[in-house]
Amino acid sequence: MTLETASQQSFGQKHVLDLDSFTSQDITHVLDNTLAMEQVLEREIRKVPALRGKTVVTLFYESSTRTRVSFEQAAKILSADVINVSSSGSSTKKGESLYNTALTIQAMQADIIVIRHPHSGAPHFLARQLRSKVINAGDGTHAHPTQSLLDLYTIRKNIGTIEGKKIVIIGDIMYSRVARSNLWGLTKMGARVVLCGPQTLIPNDFLNGHRTEEGHPFAAVEIQTDLDTALKDADVIMALRLQLERQKAGHLPSLREYSQTYGLNARRLAIAKDGALVMHPGPMNEGVEIETDIAHGAQSVIEEQVKSGVAVRMSLLYSMAAGQNLEI
Amino acid sequence: MLKSILIKSGRIIDPASDRDEVADLLIVDGKISEIGQINSKDQNVEVYDAKGFVVTPGFIDIHCHLREPGEEYKETIATGTKSAAAGGFTTVCAMPNTNPPMDTKSVVDFVKNKALTEGVIRVLPIGCVTKNSHGKELSEMSELADAGVIGFSDDGKPVSDANLMRQALTYSAGLGLPIINHCEVPELADGASMNEGWIATRLGLKGMPNSAEEVMAARDISLSELTGGKVHLAHISTAGTLDMVREAKRRGINVTCEVTPHHLTLTDEAVLSIGDESTSFDPLTPNAYDTTAKVNPPLRNISDMSIMANGINDNTIDFIATDHAPHSSVDKICTFQEAAFGISVLETALGSVLSLYHNKKVELGTLIKKLTSDPASFLGSNLGTLKIGRTADVTVFDLDETWRVNSSLFFSKGKNTPLDGTSLTGRVKATFYGGEYVYRND
Repeated sequence: MTLETASQQSFGQKHVLDLDSFTSQDITHVLDNTLAMEQVLEREIRKVPALRGKTVVTLFYESSTRTRVSFEQAAKILSADVINVSSSGSSTKKGESLYNTALTIQAMQADIIVIRHPHSGAPHFLARQLRSKVINAGDGTHAHPTQSLLDLYTIRKNIGTIEGKKIVIIGDIMYSRVARSNLWGLTKMGARVVLCGPQTLIPNDFLNGHRTEEGHPFAAVEIQTDLDTALKDADVIMALRLQLERQKAGHLPSLREYSQTYGLNARRLAIAKDGALVMHPGPMNEGVEIETDIAHGAQSVIEEQVKSGVAVRMSLLYSMAAGQNLEI
Repeated sequence: MLKSILIKSGRIIDPASDRDEVADLLIVDGKISEIGQINSKDQNVEVYDAKGFVVTPGFIDIHCHLREPGEEYKETIATGTKSAAAGGFTTVCAMPNTNPPMDTKSVVDFVKNKALTEGVIRVLPIGCVTKNSHGKELSEMSELADAGVIGFSDDGKPVSDANLMRQALTYSAGLGLPIINHCEVPELADGASMNEGWIATRLGLKGMPNSAEEVMAARDISLSELTGGKVHLAHISTAGTLDMVREAKRRGINVTCEVTPHHLTLTDEAVLSIGDESTSFDPLTPNAYDTTAKVNPPLRNISDMSIMANGINDNTIDFIATDHAPHSSVDKICTFQEAAFGISVLETALGSVLSLYHNKKVELGTLIKKLTSDPASFLGSNLGTLKIGRTADVTVFDLDETWRVNSSLFFSKGKNTPLDGTSLTGRVKATFYGGEYVYRND
């Protein structure tokens, strides 16, 4: 591939911990390069030498075949050496294991560590302790920046721009790392964001008008508990996965009631703009937060989200290694 | 015979005797012998020049964790008392959440003996409210009282069962000793690792609402009214608790409370570990999720924090206690969720609380009172004063010396403090326990 379409310009991020540290230019830069990476994926020989000699370690403390494989494939297409480490969080005692594992990985001279961990802030911990670059592949209930980037990419690809669009995020805002990263990503790109869900699944300080302080990054984010109202004029609808534990923890009376109040179905979809995009970060509970025929219907871009995951991650890895005469 | 010591020309502040004057203080045979203009030519008198320094009674800490027996890798009675002495404390009350816990006379005796042989200052033990602090059955409180405990607490774990708390208050009332409760409704705090609010939301950490503390504080106040038992609320952290205690005191209920130096001076922004230039709206850095700021009750928001000074000024808060909670690095070099709760406080306590004086929030005499004669009154003891004839527990400090906290130099094994690397103004120069130097920093 020629260099003209992939920008090598560094995007000013050593680590990718969350999108809060990204400027809209950084995000645009990653999305632009993603387009170039998609072209690489369409080649007959899907291999470019950009990260030759670099070691990428994926360190997964939660099982996630989709995200891990996507990173692995992205790194391999860019010719990095990939080492996969997985570990069960439950057997680790007091984090010595994360610290010691991290030191071991650093000793392998990992250039980039991709971490998924059930605890919020685990990637920050690694970034603080190690010299390697760190990519957050999902930490606890905090952030999932690469998911957000692929969501942004999917929106931009389908409706041209993000700025000014009305994006409705439905469901478990309280515990969703995807929602949190998307809040940063979407607001930075100038979208109009509406959060919709039962009040028990929206953080208290979002509900109580605590966002009036000057400079609050989410001051303009709207909260709406009635889904029909929220969906009016929506350009994009993102349904979130409802963790089945929420009912046991007292957040919800039943999945049935949730589905009735917040499930995305054909009637509700008709309230949104014609052709509004239907998105879901997966894995879906079909019949709970989204009906099957909507999930797989004409307006759904859910499969596309998964597909663009590899190209977005290639773009990120490429940008993080940029400034070193990369070839693609 | 102990050498006599003459502390020359210090500003002597002794709230119990309404004294605030520049004078000399003579210690003979471990007791306060004389205060005034004293010139001694006696060769047996060692002179300590306290010119420009403040001289006060030794500080009393009603709430600290010395970790021995059982967790000697975090702290021992030897290191904990040295740390206390370096912080200007001459009396500390040790919480019973050791292993085994102080729920029997034998463990209390062990701690007392260790303190006598290896400690450098006075250690007063606190006994468990319930056996093993399991919250099921009362400990043998009467025997523990005979063994010399100053009160009962399952600190770290609240007494969750309201009926058991009622019985504990009733039973201990007969012994004349307080129940010290860590107020936290377990169901409201389940899985939480910091204060509930914007910062927890953006960090994706489960927060503890103020209600977790306030609901139990309200319960305990009501139970104290019901039983007449003496309830002491440990380390209060919210404006709501403060209001309830104020109202309870007005109504004559037998309730007392304490506040820690960190709840007086730090907010939940400490978890972000950001510089003065940044705000909680700025991007997180790798320094976020600072486990040294993980403490229970959590550091609250700015309005809860700043209201605590009012509680000191209007005497709603009875005294300042450190909740010194030393941990090893293993307990803190991990993710925020896994990290242990607690801050190593003893050696920074004075510098922290003096910021309230330097910022003109609380008068110096009031702060000294909350570290000396007020905790002494709580103990019903004659400590905490420089009255003639009393034990010479004396602390000398420089009110204006600015120093940088370096936890690697702590006497405490616990290096866990969010203040590491920050500057404090006010520093202990010497601590005398029973008329002998136990700390000196010339």
